[in-house]
Amino acid sequence: MKILVPIKRVIDANIRVRVKSDSSGVETANVKMAMNPFCEIAVEEALRIKEAGHAKEVIVVTVGGSQCQETLRTALAMGADRAILVETDVAVQPLAIAKLLKGVVEKESPELVILGKQAIDYDNSQTGQMLSALLGWGQATFASELDLKDGSIDVTREVDGGLETISLKLPAIVTTDLRLNEPRYVKLPNIMKAKKKPLNVFSTDDLGVDVTPTLTTLKVEEPAERSAGIKVADVSELVDKLHNEAKVI
Amino acid sequence: MSILVIAEHDNNDIKPATLNTITAATQLGDDVRVLVAGHNCSAAATAAASIAGVTGVSHADNAQFEHVLAEEIAPLVVSIAGDSTHILASASTFGKNIIPRIAALLDVGAISDISSVISDDTFIRPIYAGNAMATVQSSDPIKVMTIRSTTFDAAANEGGSASIENVEVLASPGLSSFVRQELTKSERPELTSAKIIISGGRGFGSEENFALLDEVADKLGAAIGASRAAVDAGYAPNDYQVGQTGKIVAPDLYIAVGISGAIQHLAGMKDSKVIVAVNKDEEAPIFEVSDYGLVADLFQVLPELSAALDEIN
Repeated sequence: MKILVPIKRVIDANIRVRVKSDSSGVETANVKMAMNPFCEIAVEEALRIKEAGHAKEVIVVTVGGSQCQETLRTALAMGADRAILVETDVAVQPLAIAKLLKGVVEKESPELVILGKQAIDYDNSQTGQMLSALLGWGQATFASELDLKDGSIDVTREVDGGLETISLKLPAIVTTDLRLNEPRYVKLPNIMKAKKKPLNVFSTDDLGVDVTPTLTTLKVEEPAERSAGIKVADVSELVDKLHNEAKVI
Repeated sequence: MSILVIAEHDNNDIKPATLNTITAATQLGDDVRVLVAGHNCSAAATAAASIAGVTGVSHADNAQFEHVLAEEIAPLVVSIAGDSTHILASASTFGKNIIPRIAALLDVGAISDISSVISDDTFIRPIYAGNAMATVQSSDPIKVMTIRSTTFDAAANEGGSASIENVEVLASPGLSSFVRQELTKSERPELTSAKIIISGGRGFGSEENFALLDEVADKLGAAIGASRAAVDAGYAPNDYQVGQTGKIVAPDLYIAVGISGAIQHLAGMKDSKVIVAVNKDEEAPIFEVSDYGLVADLFQVLPELSAALDEIN
């Protein structure tokens, strides 16, 4: 089978983001970008399924500007077979992304689509669920373990109360949680090889999707600052403060 | 405005996060209907009808809703959405799982994790792990969204007298089925609604050591949380994780023990009223957000804390 892995380019998880002084957004100029960590887990899982002999091809796809080719090349260097860029300068929102991905799914006919459970920029956690709805497929969000069966997949999900396992008919959508796997490091020779792997570019018009946003960001501000308090000398002072000053115990 | 809230429940009671979501709903309008979908959940429907501010309850009771699979619940919500202007659920794993699916079926965007309601179409939500707050305005005809429960008060469990209507059940799409669950059993309060939380991090070094938190937690009546590092290392189960990608909490008292304070962890707890940090590294970033910091070895602090709590109790 084929596995499609939609990925996203975001500000590197180790960078402390700064709000722009004009409140229009966060500073992205000259900031280190990287593949969203949950997307790396998605790519890794697809590769492991292929390496276990259960998939023939892993295709990665992203939606964004031409610089997103770099992120796709990273996924190719990890081991994905080919890449698709749906190129646009619009900051496309999750529903329109899901519609574009639906177009890609219709062209490629994968049996499994694996996405990150959320991107660490807007923390939406929407795209996988929306794509499932549009395709009429089953969804397993926040996955920590996959077990492929004949015509179905069992997925263990990290839910608020613990773990839950559900079974989905294939084709299906899975979104990855942190503990599904630990993504591999990219090796230098593979970076060279990745440059020769196919990368196709489509426009949003090719896929016939209107990507006009419906959610307008009016302003972006710093969160309320929390100031550091005091240091206490020992446990008895701590308990005294909590009991008599803060009155929380 | 006509607001539909999708309740999370255990067949008998409505979960606390849904009570916070109902408060957000009452800020949008006076007509607040609650959907209680499940199997043998009429007690939960009755409980929903008595919540202050609720004006109607839709009760969908069928075996196919027992495990609240998104594939079953989303079409049900769409079928009863009617003239709803807003559809809300809490930003729990339950709400995050179903809300985007509902939005896509309705061909509208979804708005995640709303922390304030400004007007019926304008909301504030955290982005970048809470390092920025975005004010967003939606032009969609129906606003479909999840609510960050820590920033809204809980609606009162009594005072309402809504009527309950039974909802016609649709045929199951048959896309998914429940296999099993392994829920963490605990007598302690639920993490997202606890008044006191004590959390442990990498500093514990092992699962056995992590259990040192139990005694103090029990004396405080606290829930136990964990940093991602502690969960990844296997010291604590996944549902203990507090942070950007885990649970968002805001208790009256949050005690962070052996947690350095990565941005992703702070994102999950920095709205707590009082924060205590215990860490032997005085440079740990957790001290930058703590009201009371104690630079000390947690293995000395926890037994002392346990003894000191006996004295004040």
